[in-house]
Amino acid sequence: MRKKVTFKVFRFDPDVDKKPYFKRYKFEVEKGMTVLDGLFHIQRKMDGSLAFRSSCREGVCGSCAMHIGGKYRLACETQITGLGRTVTIRPLGHMPIIKDLIVDMKPFWDKYAQIRPYLIPGDPDPIDRERVQTEDQRKKIDGLIDCILCGACTASCSVSATNPEYLGPASLLKTNRFLQDSRDNAAEERLRLAANENGAFRCHTIFSCQYVCPKDLNPQASIAEIQELALKRSLGKDIAKQ
Amino acid sequence: MKYHQVLVIGGGLAGMRAAAACNRRNIKVGLLSKIHPVRSHSTSAQGGINASLQNHVRGKHDSAMRHAFDTIKGSDYLADQDAVVRFTEDAPKRIYEMENWGCPFSRTPEGKIAQRPFGGAGYPRTCYAADKTGMYLIQTLWEQICKFTSASMREEMVIYDEWIALKLVIDKKKIVGVVAWNLKDGELEVFRADAVIMATGGIGRIYAGTSNALTNTGMGMALAYWAGVPLKDMEFVQFHPTTLKGNNCLMTEGCRGEGGYLINDKGERFLANYPDSAVAMEVAPRDIVSRNIEREIKAGRGINGEDYVYLDLRHLGAEKIMTRLPGIRDIAMNFVNVDPIKEPIPIQPGHHYTMGGIDTGKNAATEVDGLYAAGECGCVSVHGANRLGGNSLLETIVMGAAAGESAVKFIEDGGKTGDVSKQLDKAKKEVEDKIKKMFDSKGNEDPADIRDEMQKTMKEKVGIFRNEKDLKEGHKKIQELRERYKKIRIMNKSSLKFNQDLMWNMELEGDLDIAETIAAGALNRKESRGSQFREDYTKRDDKKWLHHTTYKFTPKGAKLGKKKVTLGYFEPKARAY
Repeated sequence: MRKKVTFKVFRFDPDVDKKPYFKRYKFEVEKGMTVLDGLFHIQRKMDGSLAFRSSCREGVCGSCAMHIGGKYRLACETQITGLGRTVTIRPLGHMPIIKDLIVDMKPFWDKYAQIRPYLIPGDPDPIDRERVQTEDQRKKIDGLIDCILCGACTASCSVSATNPEYLGPASLLKTNRFLQDSRDNAAEERLRLAANENGAFRCHTIFSCQYVCPKDLNPQASIAEIQELALKRSLGKDIAKQ
Repeated sequence: MKYHQVLVIGGGLAGMRAAAACNRRNIKVGLLSKIHPVRSHSTSAQGGINASLQNHVRGKHDSAMRHAFDTIKGSDYLADQDAVVRFTEDAPKRIYEMENWGCPFSRTPEGKIAQRPFGGAGYPRTCYAADKTGMYLIQTLWEQICKFTSASMREEMVIYDEWIALKLVIDKKKIVGVVAWNLKDGELEVFRADAVIMATGGIGRIYAGTSNALTNTGMGMALAYWAGVPLKDMEFVQFHPTTLKGNNCLMTEGCRGEGGYLINDKGERFLANYPDSAVAMEVAPRDIVSRNIEREIKAGRGINGEDYVYLDLRHLGAEKIMTRLPGIRDIAMNFVNVDPIKEPIPIQPGHHYTMGGIDTGKNAATEVDGLYAAGECGCVSVHGANRLGGNSLLETIVMGAAAGESAVKFIEDGGKTGDVSKQLDKAKKEVEDKIKKMFDSKGNEDPADIRDEMQKTMKEKVGIFRNEKDLKEGHKKIQELRERYKKIRIMNKSSLKFNQDLMWNMELEGDLDIAETIAAGALNRKESRGSQFREDYTKRDDKKWLHHTTYKFTPKGAKLGKKKVTLGYFEPKARAY
């Protein structure tokens, strides 16, 4: 079954355009066509000047998060059918526009780098074997390791929007990924970096991060866990991992 | 002009591992990638990575030599055996390294790295992290890269993400630099480098129905090919047995490793009906399983007579599916609305991997001084005529590290690039002229049509089953498309800043030239070996064809040659599972 759909796409090249505008593209869609397929159809057949990011087209690389039909989602995982006759597409929010749907993710990556996003085991690598981790210990990081760094949560977060210093949901989820990993031994340092007025305690519990996450992760829960650990530590309790 | 001692092109696992190897030896390295490194196609790898760790209860007698044997047998004896032995011996230390750096591997009850059975392997030796092994590995390496770059005060490592390389510059048989395009600001820039490592990945998008990411074009391999570096074994193209019907997303071999069944329209596990898969069944190697699925489909036993069969996981139970194959379930639910816990998954074979690539020796060196290649874009060859599942992720980190270390050694031994500003400026001018010519072209060929026709031709004429007639037609068609390409029309001539219309269509030239090598090589090789199956020459012929094919670029098409296969450990034998 074929039907016509209009994509109303945000367009802006700050080097050329005085201000952003929306451009409409009407084309025929088939069942099974994704928003990303639609954008490629436009770029290859209608308007070669449109710019957007993509790579894996199966929801694992995090390239194509954008605001589609009122919600941040991955273009590659979103079917056009069901979005109505006009689909409004905008780039990720609160980040500088480079061109059209491509934003400068530098603020996002800067926050990511700030939290020391790597394992800090506190002892030398054993090199010729793994660090032992029980199945139960490994289970504790399920759902924390699955972030694809697409930026949808940060774009949807009204605290990130208004406070450029705020670490944001993705970086706080990442912090918790290491806090909960039995092989990591830097809880004090991680809490110093993340449990402060621009980190976990800046969150307003609006839950938009959880609402939009295309991988159904829950950054909000991680933020709460960081707060809890920080509280325990301030009460002098042992925060060592089980 | 920018300068790095080593410039790595490609930010996937092989590229990042190579950059890490340079960084550890205090060599200044630039990492150039047309997409952000974590977006690379390595992230789509699912099932796992092979090493003889002996962590599985049934893997206690595994060894690097047995891993080597399985790899060589899987390659249908076309792999270079010394390279394979080095590859399997390095495997455990590279995987422990990734674990030590934080990769969240799934665990055995003893808390060791979990391993699962995979096709063509004598023991369960595929280390896994649920069914997202590639994604976890790439994030782990990216985390290490962040550690290096944030600790660095003197720019020992610089990441150039969203830059695409357009030309390699070779002077007197030595690599001296690269011309690249910064997509973000639309400027062309030249890089001087003492050594360059190619890590540009696969080329799947020259085929219709591929599991590969949209970014996997022929451009990476073509950069080396155009610069006069030979390619090798391009005729060997892997078709994965289980890609999702429709968009061909990968459904990991781990589905079968964990015990999944392949079922035809009559509800039979049809692999039992074919002699080459009757014993191993679903865990026979990919070339064999793909062919037998296609045979079922051609015999009209696809589901409802259509071009797919079922991958049935239901008997594994909800818990196993949720813990070991959660990503598969996500993809099946998102794209075909099937929950594998309740329904079988519709699958069909799809293009998956290129065994061939830039010709290198076992230390990743090409025949050009200072130029290295690692990962899917390179051809050592450890995969020969057919790659085993779980060996490609391994190749990225083993060969990535080897390429990095080789480049470091080359530089420490005095391999410096002097003043080559003239050569680099000339190369930049050539690229500028090429772009200007594309903009000024009065042609009216639609590049999107050329791409579609190329993909269709490669799937239909240079696919799983090959024969002289189809291959000749396919090759002729690709040559016609290469001619038509000269008259393409670019839509967006405004500027170079994120001009993706221009970018994709520059890459299309690489696609076409690489497609030509595959068709020419497949036509040339008159035997069946591994992934190359000729209906008109159904047997392997070691007397005539136990050698690699090499490809040198000429404007008319590839000039084919031969290269010896290194044996020495295992004598070629008939291959059955």
